[in-house]
Amino acid sequence: MTLLWIPLLSFIGSIFSSLLGNLSRNKSTALTLLAPLVALALAIYLSPAVFAGDTIRESTTWIPLLGLEIAFRLDGLALLFVFMILGIGILVIFYARYYLSEKDSMPKLYSYLMLFMTAMLGIVMSNNVLQLWLFWELTSISSFLLISYWGHKSEARKGARMALAVTGAGGLALLAGLLILGNVVGSYNLDVILQSKALIQAHDLYEVILVLVLLGAFTKSAQFPFHFWLPHAMAAPTPVSAYLHSATMVKAGIFLLARFYPALAGTDLWFVLVGLTGLTTLLFAAYVALFKHDLKGLLAYSTISHLGLITLLLGLDTELATVAAIFHIINHATFKASLFMATGIIDHETGTRDMRKLNGMWRFMPYTATLAMVAAAAMAGVPLLNGFLSKEMFFAETLYQQLLGSMSWLIPVLATIAGAFSVAYSARFIHDVFFNGDPIGLPKEPHEPPRYMRVPIEILVAICLVVGMFPNLVIDGILNAASSAVLGTQPPEFQISIWHGFNLPLLMSGIAVCGGLFIYTQRRYLFQFQASLPPLNAKKVFDNTVYGIVKWSQHKITAIENGSLQRYLMLMFIVVLISAGWPLFEMAQLVGGKKPTEVDIHNGIGAALLMIGAIGTVIWHHMRMVSLLMLSVVGLMVSVAFTRFSAPDLALTQLTVEVVTIILLMLALFFLPQRTPKESSSIRVLRDIGISSAIGVVVGSICYAMITRPLNSISEFFIANAKTGGGGTNVVNVILVDFRGFDTLGEITVLGIAALGIYKLLINLPLFMPASDSEGRPWAKERYPLLLASISQSLLPLALLVSFYIFLRGHNLPGGGFIAGLVTAIAFILQYIAHGSHWIAERLTINYRKIIAFGIAIALLTGVGSWIFDRPFLTSWFDYFDIPVIGKIELASALVFDLGVYITVVGATLMILASLGKVTADAPKEEVNF
Amino acid sequence: MELLYASCVGLLVTCGVFLILRARTFPVVLGLTMLSYAVNLFLFSSGRLALNKAAVLGYSNEYADPLPQALVLTAIVIGFAMTAFVVILAIRGRADLGNDHVNGQETVKNNKKGKA
Repeated sequence: MTLLWIPLLSFIGSIFSSLLGNLSRNKSTALTLLAPLVALALAIYLSPAVFAGDTIRESTTWIPLLGLEIAFRLDGLALLFVFMILGIGILVIFYARYYLSEKDSMPKLYSYLMLFMTAMLGIVMSNNVLQLWLFWELTSISSFLLISYWGHKSEARKGARMALAVTGAGGLALLAGLLILGNVVGSYNLDVILQSKALIQAHDLYEVILVLVLLGAFTKSAQFPFHFWLPHAMAAPTPVSAYLHSATMVKAGIFLLARFYPALAGTDLWFVLVGLTGLTTLLFAAYVALFKHDLKGLLAYSTISHLGLITLLLGLDTELATVAAIFHIINHATFKASLFMATGIIDHETGTRDMRKLNGMWRFMPYTATLAMVAAAAMAGVPLLNGFLSKEMFFAETLYQQLLGSMSWLIPVLATIAGAFSVAYSARFIHDVFFNGDPIGLPKEPHEPPRYMRVPIEILVAICLVVGMFPNLVIDGILNAASSAVLGTQPPEFQISIWHGFNLPLLMSGIAVCGGLFIYTQRRYLFQFQASLPPLNAKKVFDNTVYGIVKWSQHKITAIENGSLQRYLMLMFIVVLISAGWPLFEMAQLVGGKKPTEVDIHNGIGAALLMIGAIGTVIWHHMRMVSLLMLSVVGLMVSVAFTRFSAPDLALTQLTVEVVTIILLMLALFFLPQRTPKESSSIRVLRDIGISSAIGVVVGSICYAMITRPLNSISEFFIANAKTGGGGTNVVNVILVDFRGFDTLGEITVLGIAALGIYKLLINLPLFMPASDSEGRPWAKERYPLLLASISQSLLPLALLVSFYIFLRGHNLPGGGFIAGLVTAIAFILQYIAHGSHWIAERLTINYRKIIAFGIAIALLTGVGSWIFDRPFLTSWFDYFDIPVIGKIELASALVFDLGVYITVVGATLMILASLGKVTADAPKEEVNF
Repeated sequence: MELLYASCVGLLVTCGVFLILRARTFPVVLGLTMLSYAVNLFLFSSGRLALNKAAVLGYSNEYADPLPQALVLTAIVIGFAMTAFVVILAIRGRADLGNDHVNGQETVKNNKKGKA
């Protein structure tokens, strides 16, 4: 499992470094460096096999049902990126130790950096494209966190948000592309996808896949026209810019292009899209970079331009172009990271990054200046440095392509022009900062940075030099391995050398250098020209677009969601009406084939009472107490209906719940106005009558259609197995506590949660007790009538006995935990009513929350108990025992479960009512007009 | 009898929906309660109407469908919990906003403001 440990280590490191707290800076850095160093050692340990041409794979199952696994692979390309991510990451962590000021939180930066490192490692090593995408998104998120590291700065927040919006949108496109790709290939495994080139490219959806994947890659790699987020991401601390925006994250897009090169490349569409995007970006950004006064701005656009160069190379139709692309990835990462770090030093020591102020730094920091100049020369493509070599290769490859047909000669010309601009901005970086007169109004007196702050730059610049001078020695192995991974075959023989003799690429380089220097000397005219152009601010365009979208959505939201519950409900009811009513019109006949039963006198009277109650509730709904009494009639009749239609358990439940509900509503009415004002206009009343009648007609019709059709039920099973399997003759109860016990467990949990919610809602209720009723009559002085008190007290044991009996017999006769719980609760509520909650509190200290938890725990443990006997959750057990005196009785584990139900119901019901009752008793008595 | 039963369900739904569409919290709570009666009766009737066939083994030859009954039984209890929650929410809303209008407006015309 060596492979898995590489990303895992950096993830552990991320968590670990977030816990560093107030450790000294040196210790924090050393401890943070531990994980990436070990990971790097692992990567080096694995590298010989990869260099030999192997691909190392490791996977563990994740969600086997969905075919998802955690799969990693390490081939040449991945190894190259792993080295870059870990190597530059280590340097950046080291550098950040000197960069951060005392005020900045070190654990925060380190933890985010390591999280980002994990994400990048995950991208390059994933062997499953969905997993790759997951890490891809993680880079977006962690880069958001890193850019907004200085969250108190508005530009940091805005820059972070913009980066997240652009790369996040690209990420969604990528996900869509990968999903289609996975569907086309039939697997999300990268190995399989990379070998399905013919299948993918012959498929109708190839163009869609390509465009979506390219959208993801181009947004991430800041390709035109998605480049604008990168300059704004420069609000991040400089170590972050050095890491994310030069070496790694922006290279993730390039990585994606290279990764899917074997599967997606090779078509005309690929070359046109990738090549032309790269060319445009290369030219455009090289030009813009020259005009940036901010050092980091210049570097940002230079980065965009170089990314364009690499993209263009990947879009050229030769194998050597791909080799050159990979070579330039390495070179760009080294010189650009060192330039960013040098910029960080300048910023750190002078307090500004504005090139109009920075001049003549050579005198103040000669050592840093030398390093920066070497790196900038590499960026410009000066011989003996690594940038020269890959640029030469690039120029050579532009000569061999056929991208634009007969106009293909344009590409080398444009490439040379872009090269000239890159020389020009590099020259500006060197000349404008380190020479060119004296500094103007610097916030700080500049001087050399701490010794060790330069170490990472020294290492990177040394790599630039060594690669530039002895390319074959240093770079051949990794370049070969990475190129063969991208091309899918052994790369062509190539010879990187400093001197190829006088040839066309060398001439192009010469023109670029001379032209660039010329452009730089004539920059004053260019700056004037640029200033005369109308400003095109990508940020403004982006902001306006975002603002427009937000405004549009707000408009739509307020149009639909205006805060009126009545309106929402009306809309919902209309939707219900349409969706439930529509099928009725397609039904041939409402009445079914079942033989209808006669209406007898009892049912007739019951139905009449129910209807009177229902209509009365509506008619008198302005007089709330009357309305409530009418509602109780309805509830009672529902209970009678259950009795009549062979559902004794339901009848008992309904009856007890009805009692509790009405008491609760009466209590509630105490705190609410006694009357409802007449507010609704006649039209609204008419409209509501229309809607409600229509729904009533639809529901009634469906009900009628249903009950007049013959029944085909699965209940035969329950009836047949209730006694033999569940050990009880009351099938309803057996279903509740045994067959469908899991449902019941969920339901008592909901009950408990509702009770807790009510408890919470009633805490610190800012309500006062009305001094009189709505008619202005004062409350009776005797709050607790003596008669009721004495009767209820003697009723209590009787009621408890009844509930105990109902509970025990529940398994075989109507009853059970729910009903018994409600009966017990009512008996206690009667005590509350008769004596008041203070009286109860003096005699009984009950924590209802604990009771609820206890009840659910019993039910849960009964279920878990069956695991001990290797049975599925909630398997019940029963047997018969002979107990002296009592005789033969049956004991079932379901009874224990039912006990849990009982306790929960008692606890929840009492908690609801007692909480409200307590508010009533405690409310301060003040004169209040309700 | 089926027709009568279905009419009762329909009427309960009508009254419940009408009350739910009212502007004050208490009628809405009553409406919800009424609607839950209707829904319970509706669900219960999916086992069809049977007289004297309680699903207790050994008391008759034929049994009413016990499954809808079991489902409705828990539905009644949960319905109570929900009614209780909504009515307490109404009280809380009254306390925090000073009125009992469902749209949660801070002040309502023609309403003597309660102490909030």
